[in-house]
Amino acid sequence: MNKNAFSSRRGAFPAGLRVLVVDDDLTWLRILEMMLKKCSYEVTTCCLAREALNLLRERKDGYDIVISDVNMPDMDGFKLLEHVGLEMDLPVIMMSVDGETGRVMKGVQHGACDYLLKPIRMKELRNIWQHVIRKRMREAREFGSLKGFEGFQLMRNGEDQYDEGNLFAIEDMTSTKKRKNPDSKRDNKEFGDQSSTKKSRVVWSVDLHQNFVKAVNELGFDKVGPKKILDLMNVPWLTRDNVASHLQKYRLYLSRLQKAGDQDSSSSGIQQSDLVSEDPAASFSFQNPINRQQQNDVSIDSHKYSSDGTLQLQNVDAEISHEGNNLKAIISEATIDKRTELPASIQDTKTRESAQKINDQSFATPDSEASHAAVFKCTNPWRDFPEMQLKKHQPYLSMKDRFSHLPLPGTEHLIQVGDQSQADASIRSDPSVMERETASCIETKPLYAADHTSDYASSVTSIGSAGGFSMQSYAADYTSDYASSVTSIGSARGFSMQSKSFMGNDESLEPVSTSNFGRKTEGLNLNSVSDLESHQRDLLLGGEFPSSAAPLEEDLKSFWLQGERCMNSGLQNIEMPEYYYDPGLAGEVPIHLFDTAENSAVDQGLFIAYDL
Amino acid sequence: MDRNQSHRQLAAMKQSLFDQGYLDEQFIQLEELQDDANPHFAEEIVTLYFRDSSRFISNLDQAMERNPLDFGKLDSIMHQFKGSSSSIGAQKVKAECTLFREYCAAENAEGCMRSFQQLKKEYAVLRKKLETYFQLAK
Repeated sequence: MNKNAFSSRRGAFPAGLRVLVVDDDLTWLRILEMMLKKCSYEVTTCCLAREALNLLRERKDGYDIVISDVNMPDMDGFKLLEHVGLEMDLPVIMMSVDGETGRVMKGVQHGACDYLLKPIRMKELRNIWQHVIRKRMREAREFGSLKGFEGFQLMRNGEDQYDEGNLFAIEDMTSTKKRKNPDSKRDNKEFGDQSSTKKSRVVWSVDLHQNFVKAVNELGFDKVGPKKILDLMNVPWLTRDNVASHLQKYRLYLSRLQKAGDQDSSSSGIQQSDLVSEDPAASFSFQNPINRQQQNDVSIDSHKYSSDGTLQLQNVDAEISHEGNNLKAIISEATIDKRTELPASIQDTKTRESAQKINDQSFATPDSEASHAAVFKCTNPWRDFPEMQLKKHQPYLSMKDRFSHLPLPGTEHLIQVGDQSQADASIRSDPSVMERETASCIETKPLYAADHTSDYASSVTSIGSAGGFSMQSYAADYTSDYASSVTSIGSARGFSMQSKSFMGNDESLEPVSTSNFGRKTEGLNLNSVSDLESHQRDLLLGGEFPSSAAPLEEDLKSFWLQGERCMNSGLQNIEMPEYYYDPGLAGEVPIHLFDTAENSAVDQGLFIAYDL
Repeated sequence: MDRNQSHRQLAAMKQSLFDQGYLDEQFIQLEELQDDANPHFAEEIVTLYFRDSSRFISNLDQAMERNPLDFGKLDSIMHQFKGSSSSIGAQKVKAECTLFREYCAAENAEGCMRSFQQLKKEYAVLRKKLETYFQLAK
């Protein structure tokens, strides 16, 4: 793989953009290839989705963008979309001759950064590079919005998750911010210059993130510095810069949680309401799942989740699991201040409950996707579908109730919610249970509990096909800013639990990158699935991974299989693709599964399992 | 003279193909993609299309013989066929695909039959015309 694609590109950006085109229609494949070549892009074509995934996995950073048809024989385009987003986190453009709104919506919901209608004109292809930039910018913003030298440093060096492509994007970010003129040669030059520092992505697995959070908590959030964290973490292959960038994101995440908490004046934990107002769509999505799910009447009083948002999480958690929805939200709450004991236990119970529920659900759901713990990231309500808005929310889930619901006969997911000092969620997945559905209950540890006393943020990530939603601690009411992390593992979209997205996705406050989110989430979902499975022991979700949303049973299976392998490899930069996805297995997702998922997803907004 | 004549004939034929709605804008796009390195790109694509899409025709033939008709399957095949046809700008063929799918949605077997027959006709006519066209273009 040409890691220095930029430097080898002839001409200014976007020339040399590495595009992977996937279409089973040979005629179109050939046409697109020609068109893209005319745009001076580097084109690779393949007519099978599986082959595409293999190509992507083999050359981790070998492509900048993927264009895929929606209807393909070996794998549904949406599924491919999710995989790519999850595993490789690349922008994906969907194509189809069918421009029906529902389909386009589905594409968007699954994370496509664009949806082109055939026949495709060359001018449409000329501008696809914008999606690459946009994505990079978004990622960079995670760093960038955190003030501090480190942020810039990271950006400059393109540490961590930025590879070459990203680098250029980061640089571009600054320039594009000033003037988003795609034709600017100036920008182009900047891009070119960035190609020198290419770094491979660090995959912030659940374990790694847990490790990180632990270290941060030990140090005391205010006193942390990347070097200290790095030392504490004791991960040999991790660099200070990796940690620094991750810390940026984490801070950003926490600040968002806090902001959300601050916003919510009246009701406690009503971040949700704020979120709702900010982004109706997002909240809807979030809520939707919950509402739908509501079967259990769990009221969360302790968590003041605002009617829709938080509750939903809670509800979702409980309900989902029961309902066997794909998305499960596990809400783990860590109450820091007052509820010290409570939180821990609650969390445990909850998580356990959630986990179980999720498991139950997942298994229960014919669709396979079933229980996924979706981690909601509060902050990003934007994604989802406005229509998904759930009106019926269940009110608060009371912890106690939750407790009572907790131990489900199904899987036992041990979710240990860390106490304030750390949110260590370990999810043990019972292999038998998980078998088909991966519902890994991901516990969300109160992750970002930087400060014991104050912000204990739980990351809530809902991973659903619908879109990553980040729910940040809705537990606004807690003085300590308790954030419960709700993890629902849904298929798809979820929120990118992966390191970067996880925290950083907060930037999602902007209505945006669906694709970004979706992709990340997807990744997480897969991750979690495999992780959970493989380990069957502690999967620290720490918010990053929340869910293993395996959209399909087969996928789940494969994930699990993969998971084993992957877990063994430790926390390193696990190659997610192999890790998570076994094309052989995943290929055959029964259509019906999708359908179901889709329906539920639609209902749930966020908690959308993969649907076709 | 000969060359000029065939050029004019070519131009006239192309114009007529557009005027009669056999081809649409996409075909022009194909021709615009031609360059020195790929002087016969449009023809290659058209050839590829007819070769590749013949499987759709045969699949449809088979599926249309079932009784009762599996509308879902028919629709699915036709969807692909339509997509493929859009690649060369086969306007009439595409329109017939759309019509066929509507009949499928309405589960109108009779309509599907008729539409399919029409589709095959359009497909054959287009093929012939384009063959002639590219002959002229040589």
